[in-house]
This record gives sequence, structure tokens and C-alpha cells, in this order.
Amino acid sequence: MGAEKNTAWRIGAFWRRYDIALLGGAIFAFILLITILASVVAPYDPMARNIRNLFATPSAENPFGTDQLGRDVLSRVIHGGRPILSASFTAVFSALAVGTTVGVAGGYVGGWLDTALMRLMDVMLSFPSILLAILIVATLGVGLLNVTVAIGFAMVPVFARLARSIVITLVYEEYVAAARSLGASDLHIIWKHILPNMMPPIIVQASAMLAVAIGTASALNFIGLGVEPGTPDWGMMVAEGQRLIFDAPHVPVFPGLVITITVLSVNYMGDGLRDHLDPKLRRQGI
Amino acid sequence: MISYLLKRLIWLPIVLWAVSSLTFLALRIVPGNPIQTVQNQVMDKSQLAQVEAVWGLNRPITEQYANFLSKLVRGDLGLAMSSGVPIRRMIFERMPPTIELAIVSLVISTGIGVLSGVASVTIRNRAIDYSVRTASILGLSLPLFWVGIMLIILFSVKLRWTPTSGRIGAGVDYDVITNFMFYDLIATGNWQAFGSYLRHLVLPSVTIGLTSAGFVARLTRSAMLEVMNSDYIRTARAKGLYERSVIWKHAMRNAMLPIITLQGLQFGAILGGAVITERVFSYPGMGAWLLDGILERDYSVVQGGIIFVALAYVLMNLLVDILYHVIDPRLRNPSF
Repeated sequence: MGAEKNTAWRIGAFWRRYDIALLGGAIFAFILLITILASVVAPYDPMARNIRNLFATPSAENPFGTDQLGRDVLSRVIHGGRPILSASFTAVFSALAVGTTVGVAGGYVGGWLDTALMRLMDVMLSFPSILLAILIVATLGVGLLNVTVAIGFAMVPVFARLARSIVITLVYEEYVAAARSLGASDLHIIWKHILPNMMPPIIVQASAMLAVAIGTASALNFIGLGVEPGTPDWGMMVAEGQRLIFDAPHVPVFPGLVITITVLSVNYMGDGLRDHLDPKLRRQGI
Repeated sequence: MISYLLKRLIWLPIVLWAVSSLTFLALRIVPGNPIQTVQNQVMDKSQLAQVEAVWGLNRPITEQYANFLSKLVRGDLGLAMSSGVPIRRMIFERMPPTIELAIVSLVISTGIGVLSGVASVTIRNRAIDYSVRTASILGLSLPLFWVGIMLIILFSVKLRWTPTSGRIGAGVDYDVITNFMFYDLIATGNWQAFGSYLRHLVLPSVTIGLTSAGFVARLTRSAMLEVMNSDYIRTARAKGLYERSVIWKHAMRNAMLPIITLQGLQFGAILGGAVITERVFSYPGMGAWLLDGILERDYSVVQGGIIFVALAYVLMNLLVDILYHVIDPRLRNPSF
């Protein structure tokens, strides 16, 4: 009995150690693929109305049912990833680029520049990202582009702090000193010796931030700060579906379920990446 | 400790000045003012100019700023541009519901998070540990607004246990004293209204509490794992103390520090979450009010809302510092 449990446990441990991360990655890749190929894959036009088929519950013809205008919910969900996923990817990559630059500049140059940049980052970091994003949209105005800017801006300090913490340890490495004594320029040292060594933790951080960005983007679209009403978008669909909770509760269920699966798959993928690329972070537990 | 707190309190007005000035500037850098945005369709150019003059929007920005600051130090946040209601009165109306929601959510998330985090470490059962870890990553992934709507569908539409929206039933009579209903309704002994109030509060606070409990559970788990392996825990066990006392009196006291830090930070996230939750439940708090202000580009409302959020956030961080000193005697005397 004990041995059996042990074997089962070992299989479970193996599954968790490797396969959940892989499964997460595969599901996320599948969602990305569907989103990119949305116009080919979707069975119907996401905007096409059909007044003879309102509030239809899920069936073979409309697997996710139809909404108050008779539009196919499945087709809208398939198209609905575009605004959120493009905003999230753009935001995370921009934050990565800007934040890493800020962190490397501060950590490598040091002195007053470092102090000034890091104080600024601390102030930004002291505000929770969702709140900072809402406040930025508040000043910039409503729209998907501003949502992207807001999310990216709020994430800059995360990458800057991480990049700086790595740079200040790498600057003292022997191979950096060796390169410098051979007459290499600062830009050469940063590009050839420092950046490649800081990539693994940065990638891990980027995957964690991607999950946060997807959650934030869908929340901002939900409260109406992003896409226009009527746009096929996971957040907006949940918002508009809320009016149908008495007549057609299936309409808000599916887009929200897809957001959950997407964020969950990115989170599991990120946990796996972290365990493989950066075992040091794992001990911090969060 | 008192001198330390005083030092922190000196920072308070400086932070508020910085936040309000930044908001003031940012709102005006972006082209288009609220009058133009809202009234563009119904007014011609001369009428627009007249209304702008009433609000002082045609003055140079330095003069507007000086005017704004001199009013601010007197505690005057101006009038809402869309409704003409004083911002101060709106804050009295809208702040208490949000603070009540935030506190109850914080209690729920701390309760569930700490209990499940401790359980996953101390009950030596892998199934429990595994389910706590799965549940917490699920909690991190669930969109707050969707959880709210799913709870409404289940408890309000299907089971009819709770109302779908609002802060208290439409036909309920009650007296407003502080507008903190928790206090007002108990002070006036209005138990019927109190019941309606609680039924309205349960779903929004459970929504925020559940979705933020995942973070707390993860952090409690890792903090407890670290503490449980330390020498003084072995000593406490060697003395023959009950395991219950080892966990809650010895281990928890040290594990509390990172949890309190996180909850201080979570408070900000909860305020952000309140904007979304209040939208889902049509809950008449600061978040819903700020959101309306944003959508109407109402300068006064956005300024007032942001200054309030910053104030609440700074005060919460101060409270976290005080709690630190209460829990960790090492911090009370810096020379120690």
C-alpha cells in the first residue's frame, strides 16, 4: 500500500515538476494560435446579428450560445482575445525594454543617476499596478492604446529594479573586469557580457508580468476604459453580458472562463520557466 | 517610536502635495477639457468660452494651479464639474462604503489566506498542501469582475439569497450619522436595515477577499516553511510545548511580518479592485464615483478621488509600520 502510494506520488511529482508547465505553455500557444487565426477559425462573423436566434443556449450550432442580438458567442470569444492579448504583449515588451534600459543605466553608471532613477522607480512601485493603470488612463483618456501605455508604464519599475539588481552583481565579475582591461567599451560590455547573463530572470519576470497584464487589460476593458462598447473582447463581453444574467447567463460565463484559462496557463508556464531558468527565485515563494 | 512616527507624519502633506500636483498637471497636459468633451455637441463657441470662464479654465495654468493649491490647503476640493456638487460632500457620501468594503475584504482574504497557508505547512498531508497551492494559483488567475458576476448568477439569480446590487435595500429607512453604516445602524439599533446592509455587503467583499486570498496563502506558506525550520522552533518543541502553541504563538509571530507587509500592499490592490467590484455590484463607493469622473473627464472628481486614494494608501502604510513596531520588539529600540 505504502509503496503504491509512493509510486503514485512520484508520478504526480513528475507531472507537476514538468508537465503542468508544458501543458500551460501548450494551452497558451493554442489560444494564441486561435486568436491570430480568428477570422479563419471562427464559425460565424462575430458582428453578424440574427434576430431569429436571440439568447440561444449552447447547442451544436452555437456551442457557446448566442447573445441579445443573436450573435454567436463562440465566434465573439475567438475574436475577443485580440485586443487584450495584443495590448498585454505590447505592454510587457515595452516595459521590458524601457525597464531594463533604466535598470542597466542605473546599475552600470551608479552614483546620483542610480539614486535618482531608483527613487523614482520606488515611488511608482509603491502604487499597486491596477490602481496606477487606472489613474494613468484617467489622465490620458479612454482607449485601448492608452490602456496599453498605462499597463506598460506601471510595469517599468518591476523590470528596472530586477535589471539593476542583476547588473550590480555582474559589474564585479572577473570576465567583465577582463573585458574592460582589454579595452572594451561600456556599450560592448553591456551588450556582450551583461545583457545575455541577465536574460533568464528577465524572461521569467516577463512571463509573470504577462499574466498580470492580461488580467489588468481585461479588467480595464471590462470597466469601459479600453475598447468601444460592442467590440468582441473578453472583458467587454463580460461587461455587456452582465445585463443578461437573468435571460442568458451563459453569455458572460464563456469569455470569463477563457480569461481564467489563459491567465492560469501563463501562470503555470511562468512557474515552470522559473523553476528551470532561475531556481534562486523559487525560494522566495512568490 | 514616537519620533519615528512624527517623522513619517511630516511626509504625509508632502506626498499629498506631490500627488495632487502631478494629477493637476497630467489632467491639463492632455488636450481637451471636460467642458469641451461633454458640451461640444450642444454649445457654440461663445457659450463654451463662457462656461470655461466660470470654471476658470481660460486662465493661465499657473494661476489655475495657485488657485487650486490655495483652496486645497483649506480643505476645499471644489465642485464636481458635471453635477456642481461639492467634492467634499461627495467624499463623505462615497468614502465610507469603500472603506467598509475594503476592511471586510481584507479580513476575508487574511482569514482564508493565513489559515490555508498555515494548514498547508503544518498539517503534514500532501493532498492539502497540493490543493492549497492549486487553489491559490487559481485565485491569482481568476478575473475579479467575472467572479463577482458568477457569484451574482449563483446566489442572487438562482438561489435568491442576496441582492444583485447596491449598498442597502431600496425601501429601507435608516438614519445617517457618520455614513459608516456598520456604526450608524448598530448605534441606532436598526437591526432590519443592518440585515439588509450585511446581505448587500457579503458578495462584493467575498469577491475581493477570495481573489486576493491566493497571494496571502502563497506568502504565508513560504514564510511558515522558513520559520518552521528555524532553531527556536526546535527549542520550543524540545521544551515540550503543545504543537498548537508552537505554531500560533512562536512561528506565527515571525511569519506575521511579511504577511502584514503584503496586506499593506494588498490594501492598495483592494482599492483598485474596489473600482472594478463597485462597478459589478453598482456599489455606491469611491471607486464607482472615480470611474464616472474618469469617463466624463471631470477634473475635480478625478483630482478629489486620486487625492483620497493616495491619502488612504499612505495612512495604510503608516498603520503597517505601527503594527510592525507592535509585533516586533526588536524595532522598538533601534540601538537593540
